[in-house]
Amino acid sequence: MVRGFATLLAFQLFGEALTFWSGSRVPGPVIGLVLLAVSLVFVWRGWMSAGVAVSEDVEKTANGLIVNLGLFFVPAGVGIVQHLDLLAAEGTRLAIVLLSTTLLTLIVCVWTFVLVDRLVQRYRGGAQ
Amino acid sequence: MTGPVELWVYLSASPLLWLTLTLAVWVAARALSARLNNHPLANPVLVSVATMAAVLLATGTRYERFFEGAQFVHFLLGPATVALAVQLVRQWAEVRRYAIPALVTLFVGSLVAVSSTIMLSKILRLGQTTVASLAPKSTTAGVAMAISSSIGGDPALTAALVIATGLLGALMVTPLMNAMGIRNYAARGFAVGLASHGIGTARAFTVDPVAGLFAGMAMALNAIVTSVIVPLLI
Repeated sequence: MVRGFATLLAFQLFGEALTFWSGSRVPGPVIGLVLLAVSLVFVWRGWMSAGVAVSEDVEKTANGLIVNLGLFFVPAGVGIVQHLDLLAAEGTRLAIVLLSTTLLTLIVCVWTFVLVDRLVQRYRGGAQ
Repeated sequence: MTGPVELWVYLSASPLLWLTLTLAVWVAARALSARLNNHPLANPVLVSVATMAAVLLATGTRYERFFEGAQFVHFLLGPATVALAVQLVRQWAEVRRYAIPALVTLFVGSLVAVSSTIMLSKILRLGQTTVASLAPKSTTAGVAMAISSSIGGDPALTAALVIATGLLGALMVTPLMNAMGIRNYAARGFAVGLASHGIGTARAFTVDPVAGLFAGMAMALNAIVTSVIVPLLI
């Protein structure tokens, strides 16, 4: 467990370092995600047998974290108590913005995804 | 001499109490959610945030004091994001199958999320700081806070708005998609991950593993795209 956790942290650290050096806007954990994915492909394709035991630990730790993903947002969410005055003053307008734009984004995303997928399927079907 | 009041004064000053409470409330909220068949309104993030916020207000505890304990949980957001790599590689066949729709949706969705938020909040005449704090609200908390502070927003306010957006998406997605008759779980997951980052992703994982995978992918990719487009659009 510790080995898996340490590996995840190491990849995040590496991601943060790369972000810092390159001055890029891409967040460190996201770079860490990409680097870990590439490493896992290497290990699981048998190109890096030394990493097999570590990758098993990583997978167990990762699954444990993902099952509780929501928990990690709770501390930031409780921060709402610091903004009750703003909520009282602008609450209705904020609610309108949050509700309608989230709804719009969900609808646009799901339609785009389904539509493009159908086009891709049709193209692939036609090419055969 | 040492009654319950003194004990409270002593314990509430330590990070241990707030960390333990946060975890205990989360475990209870998860159990409640499972009992109600993961009903959207019993969202464990919503229940936990509401409960802890109520405890802080009722006891007059400052947020900073609570956060001294809760920061250990908050810290795990980073490694949890890195952890999504495992799902991504494990289900590579699914990822490849939907690569093109996912990429197109990423750019269209990201643009719609940011521009609609900026436009509507300007129409409603919200203050400049509030608009800047709102703009990156569909991305995951840490990234959104960094974007917000770089464009003149208030990072703490952004955190609260990000969580609210996550919760709204997690609440709306299942009934909305069912009403729209969408049965493609890759599409449903990608939409909620893009619109509502990790909280949407957590919701997607409770509904369907493929939805969870694509939600996590959308969350990670949208963090990149949003950090590039927000400064251009604001």
